[in-house]
Amino acid sequence: MAGLYITTLYFVMQQTFFFTIPLLIVALGGMFSERAGIVNIALEGKMLLGAFTSIFFINQVQNSGAALDGHALLLVALLVAAATGVIAGLFHAYATISLNANQIISGVAINMFAPAFAIYIARIFGDTQQVFFTNNFRIESVPFFGSIPFIGPLFFQNTYFTTYLGFVILAVSTFVIYRTKFGLRLRACGEHPHAADSVGVNVYKIRYAGVLISGALAGMGGLIFIIPTAVAFNATVSGYGFLALAVLIFGAWRPQRILFAAFFFGLLQAVAAGHSGIAFLRDLRIPMQFYQMVPFVATLVVLAITSTKSTKNAAPKAVGQPYDKGTR
Amino acid sequence: MRGLFKGDGGLSVLSSLVAVIAGLLVGLVVLLLTDASQAFPAFINILTAGFQSIRNFGEVLYFATPIILTGLSVGFAMKTGLFNIGAAGQFTFGAYVAVLIGVQATFLPPPVRLLVSLLAAMLAGALWGAIPGLLKAFRNVHEVISCIMTNWIGIFLVNWLILNTIFDAERNSTMRVPAAANMPGLGLGEFFQGDAIRPSSVNSGILIAILTAIVVYIILEKTKFGYELKACGFNQDAAKYAGISEKRNIVLSMMISGAIAGLGGALHFLSGAGITMNVANVLSSEGFTGISVALLGLNNPIGIIFGGLLIAYLHLGGFQMQVFGFVPEIIEIVTAVIIYFCAFVLLVKMMLTRAAQKSAAQKPPDGAGPPDSNKEGGQG
Repeated sequence: MAGLYITTLYFVMQQTFFFTIPLLIVALGGMFSERAGIVNIALEGKMLLGAFTSIFFINQVQNSGAALDGHALLLVALLVAAATGVIAGLFHAYATISLNANQIISGVAINMFAPAFAIYIARIFGDTQQVFFTNNFRIESVPFFGSIPFIGPLFFQNTYFTTYLGFVILAVSTFVIYRTKFGLRLRACGEHPHAADSVGVNVYKIRYAGVLISGALAGMGGLIFIIPTAVAFNATVSGYGFLALAVLIFGAWRPQRILFAAFFFGLLQAVAAGHSGIAFLRDLRIPMQFYQMVPFVATLVVLAITSTKSTKNAAPKAVGQPYDKGTR
Repeated sequence: MRGLFKGDGGLSVLSSLVAVIAGLLVGLVVLLLTDASQAFPAFINILTAGFQSIRNFGEVLYFATPIILTGLSVGFAMKTGLFNIGAAGQFTFGAYVAVLIGVQATFLPPPVRLLVSLLAAMLAGALWGAIPGLLKAFRNVHEVISCIMTNWIGIFLVNWLILNTIFDAERNSTMRVPAAANMPGLGLGEFFQGDAIRPSSVNSGILIAILTAIVVYIILEKTKFGYELKACGFNQDAAKYAGISEKRNIVLSMMISGAIAGLGGALHFLSGAGITMNVANVLSSEGFTGISVALLGLNNPIGIIFGGLLIAYLHLGGFQMQVFGFVPEIIEIVTAVIIYFCAFVLLVKMMLTRAAQKSAAQKPPDGAGPPDSNKEGGQG
């Protein structure tokens, strides 16, 4: 019996990473944009576009019989996804930073454009809107680490290298945000752009950088989400871009807390997806939809508690406000 | 044409048109890149489909019904300074309650049941809109963020409710509402049939949509209540200083906005056209289309009617795209581009103003008015 529980634990943990890592990466992307002062509700659209172009790329390469395969292919596909996100980010940045456009409306436009574009292109090249791929990227067990008892099956079996990439991105993001000149300037642009400008920081440039980094991470997150959880890309990332936005807020716009939030929400997603296969969860008889709802309810509750007073958990002060040099 | 440039209203309409034209041009480029030989016939078809037959025009009215209402929902909130991105959730919640009553309240005679359905849908939408309203008023939570959350909570909650009440497993959607408890056709479908085999799906819902627009217009422009709501939108602090309860108004504004979206949901699924609510983790597109409708209509209730008709018109053209070997999603791309351009409507306005000023400066006054009046119009 104990053996059954332990296999269940391994299973849930492995599944949790499939959801946690994309949420983490996309939310970190959101962080770069919002801490620079640009609201990014287009995370969903950028995720979707990144997932689409990169899965499409994988599909084409695999069908062409090219030698590129396995992890090398996945790595190139990640670059394709990131580049796509950057292009989508350019549109968002140009509208919101260069033209002072409404940041929400621009985001809505990108979110609307993404699935339409994916379906349109997919159906030009194939008969259906689905883009299939062969999953050659799974790692059964990481050499050496996978064979460690307990730790191995929890963290190093049935996994993808993207999982570890996620942690690398987390470490780099934390370093960049808190330990570099660029990070300091980025945060200043999100808190008080006029002050940043007065000491010679180019607010427009920094904000562009924030939005473009955001696009790259969101695009990669899209691919990383689709690979372990689907056999084909069907013009959707199932609202995970919005969930990442919730992670960002629940994580108070700070990297370590974002990791915690992503893990918590990822666990709930894993439970929602697999709860019928897990005996003791099945016995609880909690409907799947409630697990799906909890992240959003929790975020609302956190917002309701923190938004009025404590500045510790609050959003960047200047987020959502176009920067106008003239009002300095 | 000169007259159009005068005053802010004309300029705004013009900037909306610029956004639409830009969207269509992008659409044309995409069509050309896809299949140059068919691009122009297809493009012309998009432009003319709605007027090709009387039945097509009936279909435009049918498609326009729900999005006029979500457009009014977004536009009303926008006038009062709130960005209701939660129309999708309110729409879905209202739709569910309406269908639930339509299917299950068999103890009510059909016409009464329909009336109860519509009112309950508005109430459900209002309740769903009240959550972001309350959070904004009392906890200072930005309504866009809370609306995104309530949208998704709404989807999952409604999915669960459907599964436990009016689920039809065979079609993975809700059961059908009996015809008598749907919106009456009032002979509109037959009127717009023309020489087609089947009548059009248009029904009395379009009349309710137009009526709602008029009511919203009256509330906003002709009542003290509407004035207070708008005052809060312009400047919350000033409104408070003037003795207006801004907290109460934020909540009421979101509730009214939600009620309108909920009514849209009811009209969409009680249209009698045979559509049912699917159980899927997807936000209703009508809620987001409402944003583009409101933007195109410049948040003006009457403008929103035309904005809704325009988007519906384009969509009808989209359905016929397959005839030319194109994918109907081209219209979604066009709509997205239109929204994108609407985002910097201010910039478009500025450019138009400059263009108007330039032409006024280059051309000597043509005697139609003193040069001063031209200049004034340009600055407006």
